[in-house]
Amino acid sequence: MHELSIAASLVESAEQAARRAGAQRVTQVFLRLGALSGVAKDALLFSYDIATAGTLLAGSQLVIEDVPVIVHCDQCRCDVALPGIQDFRCPVCGRLCVQIVAGRELEIAGIEIEVADEEANPQPAT
Amino acid sequence: MTDLTDLIDLIDLIDLIDLTDEESMTTRYLEIRQGVLSKNDQLAAGLRERFTRAGLFVANLVSSPGAGKTALLERVLAEMRAAGLQVAAVVGDLQTDNDARRLARSGALVRQITTDGMCHLEADMLAGKLEGWDLDALDFLFIENVGNLVCPTWYDLGEDVRLVLLSVTEGEDKPLKYPVMFNSADVAVITKTDLAAACECDLDAMRANIHSVRPGMRIFETSAKTGAGLPELIAFLLEQRRAKFGN
Ligand SMILES: Nc1nc2c(ncn2[C@@H]2O[C@H](COP(=O)(O)OP(=O)(O)OP(=O)(O)O)[C@@H](O)[C@H]2O)c(=O)[nH]1
Ligand SMILES: [Mg+2]
Ligand SMILES: [Zn+2]
Repeated sequence: MHELSIAASLVESAEQAARRAGAQRVTQVFLRLGALSGVAKDALLFSYDIATAGTLLAGSQLVIEDVPVIVHCDQCRCDVALPGIQDFRCPVCGRLCVQIVAGRELEIAGIEIEVADEEANPQPAT
Repeated sequence: MTDLTDLIDLIDLIDLIDLTDEESMTTRYLEIRQGVLSKNDQLAAGLRERFTRAGLFVANLVSSPGAGKTALLERVLAEMRAAGLQVAAVVGDLQTDNDARRLARSGALVRQITTDGMCHLEADMLAGKLEGWDLDALDFLFIENVGNLVCPTWYDLGEDVRLVLLSVTEGEDKPLKYPVMFNSADVAVITKTDLAAACECDLDAMRANIHSVRPGMRIFETSAKTGAGLPELIAFLLEQRRAKFGN
């Protein structure tokens, strides 16, 4: 369960951003998860419920966007997505690809928050 | 900015009404675009800057438990000291300071981090162990991570080079089983080569598997027992340091 510490960091970052925005509650967290991040999705979802307990994120939903590994193939001169992470050969021409364009993401894209109305629409100072 | 209010499904809506009694709430989307481990990343970036200013070259050694990190470092530290270099090491283990005591025999500055159950080192743990050391006076710092091929992947320690060690006794397919770690490393070191024949380790297959998950990665082959391959590895580290600092 290596994902529990990842979940704890995720909650800490999201909660900090939510507080700064004056949120009362976080309802959804949108995460971009690269295939090369090494994070197991199911374990993370499981850890998430534990890590969010007693925080502004309690009861919120973790929405994960899977990001495939994309490499640049020198021979095809284009970016190609790989079907897995054990074989870095270009699926088109078979050349080993050194340059990774995407797939390492472990990133909070954004959060959905609830803000009390006067905070959401601050009254102009008189 | 995306307005996701429309996307709230019925269940969420009911939830919302239930929870917001007299005070009315507005739901909105807040863009963050920040790494989950940004706190560690920022600390590591600060360390990297500090190391660079001090002219200190830093290597982070990762491997499964018992792959031979300490044995390799014992020899590297001793040889570097004999060559007149100023070297230090910080070693992480769940328990015991056995590894630090082994490494200290080389005469290098050594400190132990006992993680007390934590399976990897983080930047703040390393930062805490540097206090009192004159980094400017050092040429190399080696970090021996906790033996684990999963978690250390995620935690940048401000190192210049990450070495992943793999012993011939672990099986040729280790890189395929832990592609993320092998992919995150800069250099691979196949250790305990003196045992290769006894373990019937197919070194060609091992190299091919490393390159399958990390094409082009530099591979060294060492034995801490016979000393084979150590000069090449040390020469590489010196060359990397020279490339960075010009001396
Ligand atoms: N024959 C042989 N044995 C080795 C070599 N390197 C390490 N060993 C042995 O392998 C065992 C583990 O070596 P360590 O250096 O303690 O491994 P480690 O990676 O530091 O282990 P942890 O810190 O516990 O993860 C010890 O018994 C070493 O003597 C080598 O090159 N050849
Ligand atoms: Mg050790
Ligand atoms: Zn191609």
